[in-house]
Amino acid sequence: MSDALSLFQYDFMIRALIGALIIGLAAPSLGIYLVQRKLSLIGDGIGHVALTGVGIGLLMHRSPVIAAVVVAIIGAVGIELLRERGRTSGDMALALLFYGGIAGGVMLVGLSDSSSAALTSYLFGALTTTQTADLITIGVLGGLVLITMLLLRPALFAVCQDEEYARVSGLPVRTLNLILAVTTAVTVTIAMRTVGLLLISALMVIPVAAAQQFTRGFRATMTAAMLFGLLAAGSGLFVAAGLDTAPGASVVVLAIAIFLVVSAAVAVRHALHRRRTPPAATEPEPQEVVLR
Amino acid sequence: MRVSDATIVSVTGAAIGYDNRLVLRDVDLRMTRGEVIAVLGANGSGKSTLIRAVLGLVPLRAGRIELFGVPLRRFRQWQRIGYVPQRLGAGGGVPATVTEVVSTGRLARRGILRPPGAADRAAVADAVAAVGLTDRAHEPVANLSGGQQQRVLIARALAGAPDLLVLDEPTAGVDAVSQEAFAAALGTFVDAGGSVLLVAHELGPLRPLISRAVVVHDGHIAHDGAVPEPAGHHAEPDHDHVHPHAPAEPGSIWNRTWNL
Repeated sequence: MSDALSLFQYDFMIRALIGALIIGLAAPSLGIYLVQRKLSLIGDGIGHVALTGVGIGLLMHRSPVIAAVVVAIIGAVGIELLRERGRTSGDMALALLFYGGIAGGVMLVGLSDSSSAALTSYLFGALTTTQTADLITIGVLGGLVLITMLLLRPALFAVCQDEEYARVSGLPVRTLNLILAVTTAVTVTIAMRTVGLLLISALMVIPVAAAQQFTRGFRATMTAAMLFGLLAAGSGLFVAAGLDTAPGASVVVLAIAIFLVVSAAVAVRHALHRRRTPPAATEPEPQEVVLR
Repeated sequence: MRVSDATIVSVTGAAIGYDNRLVLRDVDLRMTRGEVIAVLGANGSGKSTLIRAVLGLVPLRAGRIELFGVPLRRFRQWQRIGYVPQRLGAGGGVPATVTEVVSTGRLARRGILRPPGAADRAAVADAVAAVGLTDRAHEPVANLSGGQQQRVLIARALAGAPDLLVLDEPTAGVDAVSQEAFAAALGTFVDAGGSVLLVAHELGPLRPLISRAVVVHDGHIAHDGAVPEPAGHHAEPDHDHVHPHAPAEPGSIWNRTWNL
């Protein structure tokens, strides 16, 4: 592991670490809303769509990140509008969009004169690719996502908890849903250089899954999930540097490790609790009739 | 300020329904301040659709709906309305405490960007107390019984201090203790000058509160006036609302008995 530590003498590792930490914090802050409305895999789908943007950027010799952001936002807004209409065919439309996105991306990257290593670096992340300009993009956009998620928490919580009630409360439900779609697209694309398009969704969902095993409220879940995201991103990058593995895969493996450790701890606590206290007298159901 | 005969809900010649499927037609309903109206009817009669249309959740195909004298399309004073849906959403497994859910009832009044202040917190605590759940305020709603979850929903609506409560089958499948707590909270609201529009399959302990009944049958309003008396064996105190041999083809509504 000393090899891994010595790698952090290099600026590119510092940049990669800062980028990963920002994403580790921002991804679960957004992901909790996606989990709450049972759209855990939407980030993955938008990642597929963003690859087409990368392909367009590389083909036109423009910034792949900017092209990916634009294409991912268009895709995310399209998916949200389909969801809003609530058609059963929405499921099929999503499949078309996802696979069309990744197939189009792979073809376009192939048509450009980029190597397949470049493709892999977008799909699974690459340590050395985070440039200073990228870091500024990640910092600004990641910060914006984080601030939006925290500032709009009461409203986004209300919309994700009960959309009809939010509508009757006069909340701008469609605007809030579109904000969520756009921030998902932005998070996916800024994370593609460090965690990769195919794995960023895991960083949105797994820390939330770990946190909600022991938390009681939404706010507590969000806080715990963001801490887990930070921990997974930081430790994952160390592992990636030490073992020379893809950073995205390492971060996600660490996130799953956190999930398993939390699950085990919760199970142990339950077992201990059950042994210490006699079986709690569960509150009897109130009787429906008066017995004489 | 208080205008005793002010119309707060007005439905005129309304046709209500979804694409290709009209659920209600020729609906007229006028509700004045202070009234407690029960919308009754058999399952599938369209009674929930009626109140959901009043809230703008189901499209209006023809006619007019006004809330507090403003056409629904232009109505913006949503803080005056407290909506209690049939049940609490699951929230994808992300836990939320009773207080967190009830706090969303303040959003219409507070706006989405202003953080909750002392007045918001006090209103939430009062609403939780009004439904008798203070000792469970910081528990996840998923740990509560169905009846207690229903009380969380009425607390959420009460927290916004509305003028009109709209409730969709508030007592369906709710245990007796919760029904009583529910009726007490509703009674306090009505005594303070609030108006209530509720859909019910059976009224139970809510019955003394009801000032007028609207019966929806076969896509239109069949009765608008006094609460119909339960008839025949329905009137017996131990009647258990089971209809093993209900007629397949409902006859005239006047031959039918209502589950009150």
